[in-house]
Amino acid sequence: MALNRIWVYAEATDGTVAPTTLELLTKARELAGTVEAVYGGDASDIAGTLGEYGATKVYATGDLQGSLPGVPVSSALAKLITEGGEAPDLLLFGTTYEGRDVAARLSVALDRPVITNNTDIAVEGDDVVLTEPVFGGTKLVRTKFTTPGPNIALIRPKSFPAEPAGGGPAEVVTIEVPDYGTAKVTNRHVEETTGPKLDEADVVVSGGRGLGEAEKYQMIEELAKLLKGAPGASRAIVDAGWVPYSYQVGQTGKVVKPNVYIAAGISGATQHLVGMKGSKHIIAINKDPEAPIFSVADLGIVGDVHKVLPKLIEALQNR
Amino acid sequence: MNVVVCAKQIPDPAEPGKLEADNTLDRSGKLILDESDSYGVEMALQLVDAAGGGEVTLVSMAPNGETGGLRTALAMGADKAILVSDDALSGAGALDTAKVLAAAIKRAEPDLVLAGTESSDGYTGTVPEQIAALLGVSSITFAKHIEIDGETVKVHRQTEAGYDEVETTLPAVVSVTAGVVEPRYPSFKGIMAAKSKPVEQLTLADLGIDPSTVGAAGAGQEIVSVEDAPEREAGEIIEDDGEGHARIVAFLENLKVI
Ligand SMILES: Cc1cc2nc3c(=O)[nH]c(=O)nc-3n(C[C@H](O)[C@H](O)[C@H](O)COP(=O)(O)OP(=O)(O)OC[C@H]3O[C@@H](n4cnc5c(N)ncnc54)[C@H](O)[C@@H]3O)c2cc1C
Repeated sequence: MALNRIWVYAEATDGTVAPTTLELLTKARELAGTVEAVYGGDASDIAGTLGEYGATKVYATGDLQGSLPGVPVSSALAKLITEGGEAPDLLLFGTTYEGRDVAARLSVALDRPVITNNTDIAVEGDDVVLTEPVFGGTKLVRTKFTTPGPNIALIRPKSFPAEPAGGGPAEVVTIEVPDYGTAKVTNRHVEETTGPKLDEADVVVSGGRGLGEAEKYQMIEELAKLLKGAPGASRAIVDAGWVPYSYQVGQTGKVVKPNVYIAAGISGATQHLVGMKGSKHIIAINKDPEAPIFSVADLGIVGDVHKVLPKLIEALQNR
Repeated sequence: MNVVVCAKQIPDPAEPGKLEADNTLDRSGKLILDESDSYGVEMALQLVDAAGGGEVTLVSMAPNGETGGLRTALAMGADKAILVSDDALSGAGALDTAKVLAAAIKRAEPDLVLAGTESSDGYTGTVPEQIAALLGVSSITFAKHIEIDGETVKVHRQTEAGYDEVETTLPAVVSVTAGVVEPRYPSFKGIMAAKSKPVEQLTLADLGIDPSTVGAAGAGQEIVSVEDAPEREAGEIIEDDGEGHARIVAFLENLKVI
């Protein structure tokens, strides 16, 4: 299966295209001659950015009127693919809330498999080969599709760099939505955050159960602020309710690849490591010299977070 | 109100995972209830309680007629279980799994189907939505709060930025995140009672599914290779002598972060 045409599932908030979408468009340009985007919503204000990153067209549903995208977008894409002519060989989705919903429903509509959680994709001879890290990222499983396209793959955020290609705006093609479904959003709650986003920050400071109690997380926030970074967390303290889920780094949380990652009081379970191992530089503070986090640390301090962090914060404040 | 909970039985995640010769996950040892599904079980028990009656049915697909994990969920209070076990299912992909589970779920005629957002061993994260599509019903993923109001299910759905209030009509499939509820520990009485609760064992033939359409034969994908990931080089590990913070400052200065 050679790749002539790839569709990238685009996501955006308030007219800003998600970094994952730009990463996928960048990679898709390398793999196929024709790259197009699909979008659940009104694409008029994102067509410029999508074009700049290589999409020549964007097939858009128009406003979804508060529907969750799973049913409307998958039904629209299925109709377009089965009745519309130029079907793609491959559809790429980010491993995101919406990406998974749409990809899953589309796989049923097209009766095609989905291969998920990939960090790389390559064309090798006639095969499209996906790479998925397993066992906490210690092994890489490479899988190929054996069915004719269109095939569906989900790719983890941060798997590829995003680079503009300098194209003009993508042509917006409005597509028909056969079914809007009955799942409706009635209200949105946005947690106010200041500072850079966790998955885009240059510095990430994460805290774990070793902090001892929820109040001590303030040290993590303070340190992150001093370093102009974002605070993160292990799942243990998210499950304990110390911080919201949006702070979680790891397999079931965010994948981060900052310049500097600081892990304080985090043991380094494989499910945590898989979310931060790709960081350029890693600093770990843990009182247990055998903690697995030290196996990935460039600088490891065997010590008590309640002693090291206050002094570190003070030293940075005094600069 | 009848609720089906998809309950995966998985190798203990605390043990190091192993692959079979054909590169599928080794599931031959003792299997336990996926912690991700214990939240669905607890949620189902609470919803049935709040509705003033009904049944919680577990649906699972596992090799070798394995029921270890199902007994845990039955001991928590689920009423019965349906287990699909068939040698032809080895190597099944997410879509195949969804086809099998959907066929089994149909038998229970539920008002609501609950599932974890993703399993702890495969973490594909597409099966609940695929089941909904196959059943032709509505779905809401990533629920962190669920309420039933007549024929409507109201959910707080986790988002990148916070959460959305979402509602849909029953029957529906809802996937729940870890931490939605505190799963109860099975009581001694519950464990004893679980031993005599019905577990219906089914094969693909019982469900009317052609084995060549699911499992490795129908997965539409094939593992090419499994390789060791490149390791990070070991760094410098030092004991904090009261000056550990100064080493961090120097490290950050060196990188020009400060
Ligand atoms: C399917 C699945 C998915 C998961 N997904 C994720 C995920 O996305 N992200 C994630 O993080 N986890 C995830 N986990 C959980 C993971 O396995 C660990 O349980 C979790 O990461 C542990 O968090 P922790 O390191 O904060 O806590 P612990 O493992 O309890 O470690 C605490 C550490 O703090 C150290 N410590 C204690 N006191 C001090 C002190 N005073 N000073 C310094 N150090 C101290 C201890 O030595 C210890 O190493 C997942 C698990 C499963 C099964």
